[in-house]
Amino acid sequence: MIKAQNIIKSFEGRTVLNDISVEFGTGKTNLIIGRSGSGKTVLLKSLVGLHEVDSGEIYYDDVCFSTLDFKHRKAIRKDVGMIFQGGALLDASTVAENVKLPLDLFTDQSEEEKLERVNDCLKRVNLDNAHNLYPSELSGGMIKRAAIARAIVMNPRYLFCDEPNSGLDPQTSIVIDNLISDITKEYNITTIINTHDMNSVMEIGEKIVFIYEGNKWWEGSKDDILQADNKELNDFVFASAMAKRAKQSIK
Amino acid sequence: MFKWFENIGRYTLLMQKVFSRPEKMRIYRERIMYEMEALGLNSIGLTAIISVFIGAAVTLQMAITLESPFIPQYLIGYATREVMILEFSSTVVALILAGKVGSNIASEIGTMRITEQIDALEIMGVNSASYLILPKIVATVFFFPFLAIFSMLIGITGGYSIAAITGIMKTSDYIDGLQYCFYLSEIWYALVKMVFFAFIVTSISSYCGYYAKGNSLEVGKSSTQAVVISSIAIMICNLVLTQLLRT
Ligand SMILES: Nc1ncnc2c1ncn2[C@@H]1O[C@H](COP(=O)(O)OP(=O)(O)OP(=O)(O)O)[C@@H](O)[C@H]1O
Ligand SMILES: [Mg+2]
Repeated sequence: MIKAQNIIKSFEGRTVLNDISVEFGTGKTNLIIGRSGSGKTVLLKSLVGLHEVDSGEIYYDDVCFSTLDFKHRKAIRKDVGMIFQGGALLDASTVAENVKLPLDLFTDQSEEEKLERVNDCLKRVNLDNAHNLYPSELSGGMIKRAAIARAIVMNPRYLFCDEPNSGLDPQTSIVIDNLISDITKEYNITTIINTHDMNSVMEIGEKIVFIYEGNKWWEGSKDDILQADNKELNDFVFASAMAKRAKQSIK
Repeated sequence: MFKWFENIGRYTLLMQKVFSRPEKMRIYRERIMYEMEALGLNSIGLTAIISVFIGAAVTLQMAITLESPFIPQYLIGYATREVMILEFSSTVVALILAGKVGSNIASEIGTMRITEQIDALEIMGVNSASYLILPKIVATVFFFPFLAIFSMLIGITGGYSIAAITGIMKTSDYIDGLQYCFYLSEIWYALVKMVFFAFIVTSISSYCGYYAKGNSLEVGKSSTQAVVISSIAIMICNLVLTQLLRT
């Protein structure tokens, strides 16, 4: 479980997160949705401590993360995996080296054990034959999958994904979504996903938080979202002409 | 002015982070070897080309300027040696390396910053400053003095070659000049300077890259900045060290 209480974050006097309180459950795929620039990435980065919040608390299960120092955060970071908006694989390393890096740094496993674990993870994301490719040689979807493999290699208890399927075709998007959702169930992870893709919302959204201009505007499940009578949320959900027509026809 | 103090403060904090206890020695050793190749070995060619031409040019200049029956010819060799050892092989080579290595480091680390690779390391619990920057500093501080020695040798050879090719002076005089009034301490002085310069170039360039933000334009700017600031720092440090070590 991850909980944020009254977090406020501003940059140079401009408030980007305005008093957000929210709880994300264990073993669930939690979605943060909102328009571009609404503050999703800032919220996610605040939750993992890449941005320091101005005020408010963040809890990882019952540990208050926001007041910990670097050393104690490091202990929690071993349980955290994160997939960045652009993948963020190390350019100078191959896919296999990227996935292996956390094992190299934080475990005392033998080389064979590490390689086996890397193989397992890459197989899990269907990248069996990309071990020795460099990030520049991968397609967008492959980068995302390699990033997932790296995020799960240490068996995280918390998984953060910043737009895991932006820039991918609908089919590949669904593959990635399902992959994350399956992993979440399999290992009982607390997963938080940023997205503005309505397909993902309807596929895997168990808990959905809608952020509007830095405020938590709405929260609920994917079953509630179509019935919600929140104007900004409806504008977001039914943005496309197709969705509007679909809504009309339901009515 | 305030900006300067802020930058110096942030730079100091970054260096503290860089020199905190490494995560795992073995990984660091591997990275140091890698950086030695990337930053040191790969600079040998440039150092060699520049040194050989400067050595030759200095000898030629001296020979033309000192063309007088009252000045002994061996002074040309002597002057070439002094120029190469005291200033060229350390200060000028460091400036050139600031251009090559400094911009390379700043743009590499800057790109890692804006593509969130540094954030990714932090999330894993890695001390990204130490992981990325320490191996570079160790590698250059260790390797640059060798480049200085190499540059001295090549430069002096350059002078010898030009004397032999053009016949502007007797090569035996040149060799005599090289041995005239020679103190080993001069070489030590050059090497000590180079150690400082290596640290300056690598740490300042890393700093510029590490705090790059925004887009690729900013990375370009930060790498230009790295070269400018480390060059100025080298010149100031050169004066200070000369005053301290030579008087
Ligand atoms: N480091 C920063 N410094 C200053 N302002 C920032 C910084 N990071 C984000 N912002 C601002 O915060 C706001 C929210 O940005 P954020 O990246 O969270 O948007 P987002 O919801 O993730 O959008 P997208 O869907 O396009 O990724 C933006 O207006 C942005 O200008
Ligand atoms: Mg974003």
